[in-house]
Amino acid sequence: MKLFKIRGGVHPDDRKKLSANKAIEPMPMPKLLRIPLQQHIGAPAEPVVRKGDKVLKGQLLADSKSVISAAVHAPTSGQIMAIGNYMAPHPSGLPIRTITLKPDHDDRWIELPAEVDPFTLTLDEIVKRVADAGIVGMGGATFPSAVKLGLRKRYELHTLVLNGAECEPYLTCDDRLMREQADDILDGIRIMMHALQVEQALIAIENNKPEALAAMREASSGFNKIKVINVPTRYPMGSEKHLVQTLTGKETPARALTADIGIVVHNVATAHAVHDAVRFGRPLISRVVTVSGGAIQQPRNLHVLIGTPVQDLLDYCGGFLEQPSHILSGGPMMGHPIPDTKVPVIKGFNGVIALTAKETAIRPPMPCIRCANCVTACPCGLVPLEMAARARNGDLQGAVDLGLMDCIACGSCAYVCPAHVPLVQYFNYAKGELTLRQRAEHKQAETKRLAEQRAVRIEHQKKAKREAMMRRRQEAARKKAAAQTTETEV
Amino acid sequence: MLAAITSLTILGIALGYLLGLASRYLKVEGNPLQAEIEELLPGSQCGQCGYPGCTAAADAIANSQAEITICPPGGLALVEKLASKLGVSIDLSSVEDKAPMVAFVNEALCIGCTKCFKQCPTDALAGGPKQIHTVISDACTGCEKCVDICPTECVAMRPVPITLQDWHWPKPDAVVVTQVSVV
Repeated sequence: MKLFKIRGGVHPDDRKKLSANKAIEPMPMPKLLRIPLQQHIGAPAEPVVRKGDKVLKGQLLADSKSVISAAVHAPTSGQIMAIGNYMAPHPSGLPIRTITLKPDHDDRWIELPAEVDPFTLTLDEIVKRVADAGIVGMGGATFPSAVKLGLRKRYELHTLVLNGAECEPYLTCDDRLMREQADDILDGIRIMMHALQVEQALIAIENNKPEALAAMREASSGFNKIKVINVPTRYPMGSEKHLVQTLTGKETPARALTADIGIVVHNVATAHAVHDAVRFGRPLISRVVTVSGGAIQQPRNLHVLIGTPVQDLLDYCGGFLEQPSHILSGGPMMGHPIPDTKVPVIKGFNGVIALTAKETAIRPPMPCIRCANCVTACPCGLVPLEMAARARNGDLQGAVDLGLMDCIACGSCAYVCPAHVPLVQYFNYAKGELTLRQRAEHKQAETKRLAEQRAVRIEHQKKAKREAMMRRRQEAARKKAAAQTTETEV
Repeated sequence: MLAAITSLTILGIALGYLLGLASRYLKVEGNPLQAEIEELLPGSQCGQCGYPGCTAAADAIANSQAEITICPPGGLALVEKLASKLGVSIDLSSVEDKAPMVAFVNEALCIGCTKCFKQCPTDALAGGPKQIHTVISDACTGCEKCVDICPTECVAMRPVPITLQDWHWPKPDAVVVTQVSVV
């Protein structure tokens, strides 16, 4: 199949060798599981259990109450110890609503529905099963998958793209999953194709993963509508818009969805979760996590229950060789630092990467020399140096006019910058600040409404008071007049 | 000669008459810029700028009697908008963005005097006579009108707690400075 070129991008050393040849291992049961109620984009889930309740593996703990949200299930059987606030696996380390579950080590499943043939289900039933299983995009974006599988109603779709690019250095969890469970992934892909009613599926795998490529080719050999495609290794190949452009040559319009050009992109790990959920009714309660980085004693790929503390993963991998300078969730390009190793693993965690000071090589920023390396590297065709200059000077509108909202925060610009200007960091700041301002604007409109309502109400009260006074006066005058007449009569 | 004088005189009178009519019927009420600026201001009539309400403040800004940075609840975003509206260039990095504050009632001290919620321009304080008052923080604009009026000093201003939804990455410069000081 003919592939198309994308602009920009970088070629970081992939360092996948550290963990690529380690088979997926299950983790021992942790002492406590802490399950955050928001592990996805959208509204937090609402708890349906109480403190002290005994729950079974796969039992619903918190239900999604809005269109964009995802349910949360018990990763094992045990007792609910608390429903409260706990440090979020988020760079801010702010508290988030979390359910604490103490495993009883029986690991007893809730009664699951009998295995069904997904192709006898109606399309809405498939979407409902995916929603009930609490599946979110497992590549890291954590957008509720059921919403994406329901896109057929609003868009004309023709292609499903499976993202197995895994372009971030160090990460090997999707690679291992494709090698070891290719048939399950393929079943998930067929279910998703059916739910979306698309003609074809393209599985895109970067050419630095020949084993995964071979495994997926073999698994898909019987299905002529599913093609496995070898895409060049280049960061950010795994960005959905860039992957679609590489495969089809079509560019997704700015700030639009790939569905606008008839394509839906899902991660391969999501396909695996869909297979589990739709065929067996098993909710999303675990995932594969790569533990790697120069500071890790024995890098591994682990099958981890959602809610397991990151510290347990690190301990299982033998701890640190040396004190890491950064511990990240996700890859080194787009991952976020975790505030503490006590935070739990959530649905969107594809890796825990502990980097040494030598690997991170953080150097103090120097003035921009306008070399335009960042312009060459930007896969979105933006001018990072100009945008960053505006963001630094507080001219956020200026940055937006230059295309800030089209930036995917891939970090290619900061990676190539010879002056070590924290370019992508400026963009993350500017985007956050803009969202905050939007919210402030909304509040301002509300304030105006409240102030106006109050002014009207006070005016009403004054008027009522005046009228009452007037009435009293008239009443008094009348009484006086009446008294006078009676007096004269007497 | 006579024809030229007559025609020009008539023309002059006619045009003068037209101008007179126009000045009467097409009269501009007030300064239109003031209305546009007032639209941008928060509209909570809090008086923190020193003017009695947003209309007066908008008037002062429109007549360049006041700086565009006078409105504390509007913050940096408002300064930016006013600067672009008025065509003023301002160094935005020099403007300090104050952290948003909301009022908080110390319930142990509140005597239920109702003074504060009569003052509140956005009805953000709720309560009744001889009952403890409370702040609806979503509606509070942080104008501090209730702070001075309270006879028991039970109203205090507190910074709005940052939640996961509000949090965003800080500006990188601040990060760089802390790193340097560590080294």
